[in-house]
Amino acid sequence: MTTILEQLFYSAPGQVVAGKLGLPEPEVLRRGRVGPAGPVATATLAGSSLGTDTVAILGVDTIAALVDDGDELPAYPQRLGALVVDARGLQQLSELEQLRAVLRPAVKGLQPSGRIIILADDQVRGIEAHAVRQALDGINRTVGKELRHGATTNLVYVSADAEPNDLTSTLSFLLQGRSAFVDGQSWTVRSSAAAPPISERPLADKIVVVTGAARGIGAQIATVAARDGARVVCVDVPAGGESLAALTNQLGGTALQLDITAADAGERIAAHVASRYGEQARIHGMVHNAGITRDKLLVNTDAARWASVIEVNLAAQLRMNDALLDGRPGGLADDGRLVSIASTSGIAGNRGQANYAASKAGVVGLVRALAPELAGRGITVNAVAPGFIETEMTAKIPFVQREVFRRTNSLGQGGNPIDVAETIGYFLDPASAGVSGQVIRVCGQNLVGA
Amino acid sequence: MNAPRSAVIVGGNRTPFVKAGGAYAQASNLDLLTAALDGLAARFGLAGQQLDEVAGGAVLKHSADFNLTREAVLGSALAPTTPAVDLQQACGTGLETVLYLHNKISMGQAEVGIGAGVDSASDAPITVTDGLRRALLTANRAKTVPARLAAFSAIRPAQLIPVAPQVVEPRTGLSMGEHQAATTARWGITREAQDELALASHQHLAAAWSSGFFDDLVTAYLGISRDGLLRADTSMEKLAALKPVFGGPDGTMTAGNSTALTDGAAAVLLAEQGWAATHGLPALARIVDAQVAAVDHTSGDDLLLAPAHAVARLLARQRMSLGDFEFYELHEAFASTVLATLAAWESDTYCRDQLGLPGALGSIDRSKLNVNGSSLAAGHPFAATGGRIVASLAKQLHARGSGARGLVSICAAGGQGVVAILEAV
Repeated sequence: MTTILEQLFYSAPGQVVAGKLGLPEPEVLRRGRVGPAGPVATATLAGSSLGTDTVAILGVDTIAALVDDGDELPAYPQRLGALVVDARGLQQLSELEQLRAVLRPAVKGLQPSGRIIILADDQVRGIEAHAVRQALDGINRTVGKELRHGATTNLVYVSADAEPNDLTSTLSFLLQGRSAFVDGQSWTVRSSAAAPPISERPLADKIVVVTGAARGIGAQIATVAARDGARVVCVDVPAGGESLAALTNQLGGTALQLDITAADAGERIAAHVASRYGEQARIHGMVHNAGITRDKLLVNTDAARWASVIEVNLAAQLRMNDALLDGRPGGLADDGRLVSIASTSGIAGNRGQANYAASKAGVVGLVRALAPELAGRGITVNAVAPGFIETEMTAKIPFVQREVFRRTNSLGQGGNPIDVAETIGYFLDPASAGVSGQVIRVCGQNLVGA
Repeated sequence: MNAPRSAVIVGGNRTPFVKAGGAYAQASNLDLLTAALDGLAARFGLAGQQLDEVAGGAVLKHSADFNLTREAVLGSALAPTTPAVDLQQACGTGLETVLYLHNKISMGQAEVGIGAGVDSASDAPITVTDGLRRALLTANRAKTVPARLAAFSAIRPAQLIPVAPQVVEPRTGLSMGEHQAATTARWGITREAQDELALASHQHLAAAWSSGFFDDLVTAYLGISRDGLLRADTSMEKLAALKPVFGGPDGTMTAGNSTALTDGAAAVLLAEQGWAATHGLPALARIVDAQVAAVDHTSGDDLLLAPAHAVARLLARQRMSLGDFEFYELHEAFASTVLATLAAWESDTYCRDQLGLPGALGSIDRSKLNVNGSSLAAGHPFAATGGRIVASLAKQLHARGSGARGLVSICAAGGQGVVAILEAV
């Protein structure tokens, strides 16, 4: 429902006033499998060639990064598409100056929806090196808040033995529009034996199951997986069957109507996969997207309200994982992918959402605990934590409150469901074998939960 | 010589059934049938696939819908190169479309297809009177203005009243309910027995919905995700309080133990067994045999007892007895139709004189009858009932285990009946 206030705000004179008030029309973000238009600059600070080698595999033409060496600030001849800084090997606080020196011209010259990508060591030794490692996070978060026009910065911690192949899917994701709403974040990529080369259709002929697929973010997850080549199994409750069927037919997948809180939900998913795709078929990606909210202040939350949210958002996926991981026909493949949805509400807490925050923070715990357990089977376990995403659900938030939520992040706008879906697509990519146990916020660097 | 072919039921899909004039009041037969096909396509990954044929039909049908099923295919997710045919045998339509596809697949004329049916009592065709229609056609043919005026002058005011379709037997002028009321009285079927059957139908259907039985048999439509006529909380007391609607003031047939006018559509996917296996489709059950029969209700036969005859012939041909089934699906046109059919099979006299048998065909174990509810609770969109029953029974049999058999019996207007034997693959 559009209120008069909202109509006024989005009218032409309203937008002029909004601009004066510091609420300008937000930048249209670069999205999809589209790289930056401008050149990609690379810089190596302490001798590591991982960044440049990985960018070379991606087939991206690069230029040398400009360095602010104290005289006049050098300027890029044209708007810069991205800066990839390899900061691995930095040990001393004094060496952080090198990072400042390459960031300064790049931040100034970055084009709209441009990218800063910083690579750093995951494991370091010594007190000063730990301080440096953490300092990089502070720099990354701050640059994120200073960048304009939809440009983003992210920090990737890389294990010592990682090869360029382990990092290609991550750098490709970060450079492309797929990471449009991921900003100011950091996560870790490790070496893996199984990372294949990247591809435009990385999920070709692979089976991806998405729960809660009938609408909103779930529908986008299924759509992106299908775009990336997957055979999608779209799961939702029978009440959502009509839109589930429409989406499934559009994507050429199969629909499975199922209440995921049923005791045998995992068994039924596996049975469906074995029935439709053969006894030998296995799930490549299981995306636990289905979730509900039953918001009330804790003082008004009864046992039923509490239980239903924990059950749907967390307990059900624990049960389904048990069934899908026991080796049965139609279960999760070795080298498969488990993906869950956390939330900034889970990370930061949110007034009126104690049950929801419990379930979503619980997802973070689940991901961190399960990832090492399944590493031996090549299965990765990750989660996204969406911030403010434009969905039917968030459209129901009152206008002023919604406008505040929407804008209180570094990109000054809400994300789209596809931004969440693209990040999940990055996790699902077979080339992301070295990405596990990670929770990536898709929030435009929201102030909440920072 | 070709390898032996076996047609199997892969699965089914239907819309929830709702009372006429309810949530689907604005939906046409075409809309409903398209929705049923789309749900089936999604369940089995048929989007964009060319099937060998879709057979469908409706009982209450607009003349503009002469190609109803083909139009539904064109509006669905199926490949537009999928051919379609319309069939009709009153309430036997749904089962007949399944048998048509089954037989084509068995004969090697098709590998995969859909049998479907739809009816919308809400979207029933309203026509003009015969007198008005003739006058309009005459006027249309007239070449001069005076001749055209003369044609129009033949129209009488009473002929201007539109004609709604009626569920009336053309040769007796009696409604189906009135015919059945005579059968009910003749067989001495009590009000209590009818209400008990209706109650069981509601209880069974409610339990099936609660257990998730319909998760892979029904797809929500227009915001409705459960059968609208279902009264999970009904009771013998509530049913007993209803007034008779057929058979006069002393009649025993009420709105509670007779089916209501209903809107809905159902579809069943069939395929050659080997084809299904290579295309990643399950095989739930196969159709062992089927039989159609008719009675002469114009000479006083019970209008809706033709299935009793059809079953007798089918069992004789298959050398089977009435007790050889795990499940019995007897369409509940009226509670008393089911009860009269059972009574007929138990009657030495009827079986000897009418069915040509040496004695009674026998009794069935009532605990195996309509175990997931039937038309009294689910509703009865005429041509959709066959698809509802076949898909549900195939699932039940498959869950029971290979070789389990079930009997389907559906009565139809015109004194006809279609019956079939299903067996779990």
